[in-house]
Amino acid sequence: MTSTQRGPRLAAALLPVLAALVLALTGGCGRQGSPPAKGPRAGDLPAYHVDTAFSLPASPTWTRAHRRGRLVVGVKDDQPYLGERDPATGAYSGFDIEIARMAAASLGFPADRITFKAIASANRETALGNGQVDFYVGTYTINALRKRQVGFAGPYYLAGQGLLVRTDEHDINGPRDLKGKKVCSAAGSSSIQRIEADYPDATPVTYDTYSVCVDNLLTYQVDAVTTDDSILLGYAAKAPKEMKVVGRPFSKEPYGIGLSKGDTALRLALDDAIVAHERNGDWKRAYDATLGLSGVPAPTPPPVDRY
Amino acid sequence: MNVLTDNFSLYGKGLWGTVQLTLLAGALALAVGVLIAGFRVSPVKALRVFGTAWVTVLRNTPLTLLFFAVLLGLPRFGVVLPFMVFAVLALGAYTSAFICEAVRAGINTVPLGQGEAARSLGMTFTQTLSLVVLPQAARSVIPPIGSTLIALAKNSAIAGSFSVTELLGTYKPLNERGYGIVWTFVWIAVGYLIVTLTLAGVFGLLERKLGVAR
Amino acid sequence: MTAGSALYDIPGPKALARHRLYAWITTAVLVALVGFVVYKLVDTGQFSAVKWRPFTYQGIQRLLLTGLANTLKAFGWAALASLVFGVVFAAGRLSDHRVVRWTSTLVVEFFRAMPLLVMIFFIFIALKLDPMLALIIGLTLYNGSVLAEVFRAGVNAVPRGQREAAYALGMRKTQVMPYVLVPQAARAMLPAIISQLVVALKDTSLGYLITYQEFLYSGKLIATNLDYDLPFIPVVMVIAPVYIGMCVLLSWSANRIARHERRSPKAKGVTVTTALPEEI
Repeated sequence: MTSTQRGPRLAAALLPVLAALVLALTGGCGRQGSPPAKGPRAGDLPAYHVDTAFSLPASPTWTRAHRRGRLVVGVKDDQPYLGERDPATGAYSGFDIEIARMAAASLGFPADRITFKAIASANRETALGNGQVDFYVGTYTINALRKRQVGFAGPYYLAGQGLLVRTDEHDINGPRDLKGKKVCSAAGSSSIQRIEADYPDATPVTYDTYSVCVDNLLTYQVDAVTTDDSILLGYAAKAPKEMKVVGRPFSKEPYGIGLSKGDTALRLALDDAIVAHERNGDWKRAYDATLGLSGVPAPTPPPVDRY
Repeated sequence: MNVLTDNFSLYGKGLWGTVQLTLLAGALALAVGVLIAGFRVSPVKALRVFGTAWVTVLRNTPLTLLFFAVLLGLPRFGVVLPFMVFAVLALGAYTSAFICEAVRAGINTVPLGQGEAARSLGMTFTQTLSLVVLPQAARSVIPPIGSTLIALAKNSAIAGSFSVTELLGTYKPLNERGYGIVWTFVWIAVGYLIVTLTLAGVFGLLERKLGVAR
Repeated sequence: MTAGSALYDIPGPKALARHRLYAWITTAVLVALVGFVVYKLVDTGQFSAVKWRPFTYQGIQRLLLTGLANTLKAFGWAALASLVFGVVFAAGRLSDHRVVRWTSTLVVEFFRAMPLLVMIFFIFIALKLDPMLALIIGLTLYNGSVLAEVFRAGVNAVPRGQREAAYALGMRKTQVMPYVLVPQAARAMLPAIISQLVVALKDTSLGYLITYQEFLYSGKLIATNLDYDLPFIPVVMVIAPVYIGMCVLLSWSANRIARHERRSPKAKGVTVTTALPEEI
């Protein structure tokens, strides 16, 4: 039969290709560092005072992290200037990452004792519920439904839903113009739920990451990307010739630090940390070095809600 | 609260998406698979080589990678189609390789004398294949094609993760609405069983009507 | 040499000329198609330096290799666990105890009927296991169930006489199985087992969908980065040959063993199978 005769020849032809690939990848013939990035470089980041004497035995999460010697923080890995991972170096950067670092510093963990773990929007409650992460900082909007599943410290930032469109798009200036248009957002996000509920004439499209949405926008697969304006500004800052953010924010999205539901001690400790860093100027410095690069000046942080 | 009755329309939409994916991709896979099987037994070497390459590449590509390449790669390439069409293309192309092999195996089960008799009557290759051999092969390939299409229905679950409306994808909104996750999955599993058991039933019927005891 | 020989006559001079013409047309169409694809690739800038530059960095190469290592890790554990699962449940289905037989049948049939991805999602989301465990357990339940069927079919395919002769010698069932049936069945089953392992290897890529950081996930991290100009097609060009190469090598070894076993006098009377219809 043909297949059994062709098999060896094909495999023999593939072997050197495979070998060459593996060699090329392991040969160490690559450059150091990371490929050049678009958009402005992140500014000088503040160093946070690590509270080494901090102790919180009442919190099972903190106790577990303390015994482990490391704090595991769930984040996003694909949001420029908010929570982004450099594929080459594996280093995380952005405003949410800084919030995680300042919160960790107040809990007694210096920056080199934090492990960041990328978690997709749809899996956040799962990751917090099963202890995959100690807490989660990644554009996590506080709402009543989620409060039934997880706890929230903060809010530490107030975003609002906005629209990102191509620069050659002139018909969309707000959510009312979305009739018959394809709108992309992350699966399970509150943004796509609002579009489905309030603007049923729009066609929602969901992916697990916003960068795929942005990609679809650039390739004319969708007409707009909707999510929190903070995220959209990050993308627009990356490619200002191709994309713009339009209209006023049409929702209030208070970002909180997500944590295991029952851990009240940790929640209140994180609330204290947020307030302290807002007061001592760390918060504004972190904003200016990250999201502030988009040109939007630092807003006043929202009041913390200790429920 | 009951997951099924509260969200019947969402659930129905998902089930319908899975059925659509299965039927459309199945039709595509059958058409392409039989054509490629014809290529693989044809007297023209270039066609045989093409058929072999098609089957070898698609059979050895992870379906998730194929979805990634088609749904996320093709748009970068200037090909812009609805996600549903992309999903049907990816599923259909992947399954066609398996249909092709089932059909080819079926062709091999037809006794040599049949082809020889057809040739001695002066039939050409196309006539021999389409009028004599394939109709007889059809009987013995019904069971393997049935299981391949059942596998296709199960594989269509991957499409849900690439923003195509189908059954597995319904877990996301249901989870967000706070329904019990175990029951959500029970009903999703039941949905898939409905589709696969229906397929199994149809092909069982076909086999009894057309099948021959060998 | 092929089944085709029964389907068409040995071509005469006229037919040869016609076949040559068909061959040229096919080749021309294929070349035109490939040419068009290459033109489109160049036209849409898929070979631009920006899109390929990331691959020249060590960090990116390390990311890809870590992903590949994670793929192989999940595959290795899943393969091992599937074999154990398969042996246990095949033994269960061949058991003389009705309860054991029925339970094993139920388990095997259920996991074969469920879409693998549904099980993986269930384990990941409802049972809240971490992505790697969810992937390995899902792969084990599905491939293990298929392997259980392969093993059972293999043991049943050993000619009756072998079993009867062994019993006639006064051997007990626990002796007949390991000393008489399994050694003969194993030869016939090996190709089918390897074919099923190819399926397991391909299905490790489902881990991508539950954020297990395997090979395809590494590729996604690179492809979705705006800084690299979203190199989806270059990423596919890099990772697809590796996946296909690994699977082809495994399939090829299955075919080779099958051919060897068919010729071997030791496997006489046992049908050597390479593939089940559900290996997809």
